[in-house]
Amino acid sequence: MSAVSGNLASGGAKTPVKAPVAKSSLWRQSIRRLMRNKLAVSGFVTVVFMILLCFIGPLFSPYSGNHNNLAMMNKPPSAQHWLGTDKLGRDILTRVMLAGRISLTVGFASMVLSVFIGSLLGAIAGYYRGVVDQIIMRIADLLLTIPSLPLLFIAGAMLSAWKVPTDYRMYIVMLMLSVVGWPGLARLVRGEMLSLREREYMQATIVLGLRDRRKLFHHLLPNITPLLIVIATLNIGGSILMESVLSFFGLGVIQPTPTWGNMIDAANNLIDFQERPWLWVPPGLCIFITVIAINIFGDGLRDVLDPKHKR
Amino acid sequence: MSTYLVKRLTYMIIILFAASLLIFCLYAFTPGDFISGNLKLSPERKEELRQIYGLNKPVLERYAIWMKNAFHGNFGYSLAQQKPVLQLFNEYIWNSFLLAIVSTFFTWLISVIIGVIAAYKQYSLFDSLIMVIIFAAMSIPSFFIGLLLIKGFAVDLKWLPPGGMTTTGSNATGLAYVKEVIQHMALPVMVMTLLSLGSLTRYFRSNMIDVIKQDYIRTARAKGLKERKVLFTHALRNALLPAITLVGFELPGLFGGSLIIEKIFNWPGIGQLYMSSFSSRDYPLLMGFTMFIAILTVIGTLLSDLLYKLADPRVKL
Repeated sequence: MSAVSGNLASGGAKTPVKAPVAKSSLWRQSIRRLMRNKLAVSGFVTVVFMILLCFIGPLFSPYSGNHNNLAMMNKPPSAQHWLGTDKLGRDILTRVMLAGRISLTVGFASMVLSVFIGSLLGAIAGYYRGVVDQIIMRIADLLLTIPSLPLLFIAGAMLSAWKVPTDYRMYIVMLMLSVVGWPGLARLVRGEMLSLREREYMQATIVLGLRDRRKLFHHLLPNITPLLIVIATLNIGGSILMESVLSFFGLGVIQPTPTWGNMIDAANNLIDFQERPWLWVPPGLCIFITVIAINIFGDGLRDVLDPKHKR
Repeated sequence: MSTYLVKRLTYMIIILFAASLLIFCLYAFTPGDFISGNLKLSPERKEELRQIYGLNKPVLERYAIWMKNAFHGNFGYSLAQQKPVLQLFNEYIWNSFLLAIVSTFFTWLISVIIGVIAAYKQYSLFDSLIMVIIFAAMSIPSFFIGLLLIKGFAVDLKWLPPGGMTTTGSNATGLAYVKEVIQHMALPVMVMTLLSLGSLTRYFRSNMIDVIKQDYIRTARAKGLKERKVLFTHALRNALLPAITLVGFELPGLFGGSLIIEKIFNWPGIGQLYMSSFSSRDYPLLMGFTMFIAILTVIGTLLSDLLYKLADPRVKL
């Protein structure tokens, strides 16, 4: 963050400003305003709590995620197993936490990927225009035309048919989600670029004879960073939801690697669905709580960072 | 205007061509086909069937055949159901449309009302509460809320049927039939409304906030008009107008069904048809469906651009 704030504060200056000096200004102001928004802060706290729970929680659990205990099959929640056990006697709470690791990682990583691809391609298209712009934006249009759910389903079916090992599926699912996610982002970034490149300070960079890369990465992209942060945050929630849908239908990350989505798959079994809600309700609630917290936090961020957006 | 339209239409056709090629290749390169999934067939018979269906030809040749037929209004023959794809679409699409149109109606109705009130009482307790509820509605995984409602209302309380469009084995006609369908519709419509409520309410709320700050609203108040008249006649009309551009974006949703909801509620719509054909790899149907949605998306985008021009004549196309 300090590197970014350095660029923002320096604006059109040539020498990069050192972090401590730049730390005042916009970012500190924004954080202070964000802290005043109780709803957004509570969203942030909830997200942090979920992350800690999923990544540190299993270390304190007496059970391991894949340890079968046939004496304890399908037991309802009790003092030993707070959320009960599944058909192999595995502790649900432990599995929910382990599943959270995967779901949160997939959500976060695919966001990073799609924001990276989307903003890079969008920036290049908006900055260079002409043929490059045409090629990038036509590909984006094409991907936006084809409905994303069938696209993801096909990709998932390919993974199953090629028998991709479960460990790798997680990474491919991240890739799939970012392939679907980048076009919208690229379009948005391109739009911003088109207006930014006409500003006076960009004319100044031309006068200074800066190279394209410098202009793009030091002067244009830092100016859309606030917008990108907001979109990226809201994007994580969407990615988590998408992953859960795919995994629920057995086309994303599959068992035995647990994710919140494929744990809800238990509901496809009639008896489990009707009689054993502890198998599928907790992961669903985890998705819900995480995504709502991310969305509320993201909206708070938007209020602070996006001057054009009115609440 | 007309040159704009010609340009747009040409571009639409090119994009759809590219989309069709991409869609075809995706399905063609997905391993396994309708025949290989059938364990009862001998290898010789499988070969024979592939010959009959033309599955052993090169991909590009198959694509050319598919496109040629598509231009003649023939999207192929469903392998699993042994019916023309278009006929199947016609059978299922109206069930999807029924769900979609009812839930769209409720979504718009509720979000306009809530949006107006929330905007009017901006930053009040009601407003904050609504915002939290909206976030909640936007953050629920659709399949999960569907399952929860089935569990709650159908399994535990037994108020509503768990899925399908009619009760199995029921021969109800006339009003009894209508009642039955409405009962079966209740849960899926509830879920679909809930899921799309969030963004639309936010949209109306922010539109309304913009409009309320305008001078002509102050004038209307200064004239001594009743607050209700100011809100609903003067402000709401202007806040609603930009929303007609959204109609275009609703198009794929209205006719394309909902893969997840229809699957969860076992609703005999086009989305459910897609999901059930997916496991049997009934390619003509899968490709037809995906192409159909792509066409609707493109038309919808054009429609909303044109409506935008209609709503705001200042916009140059």
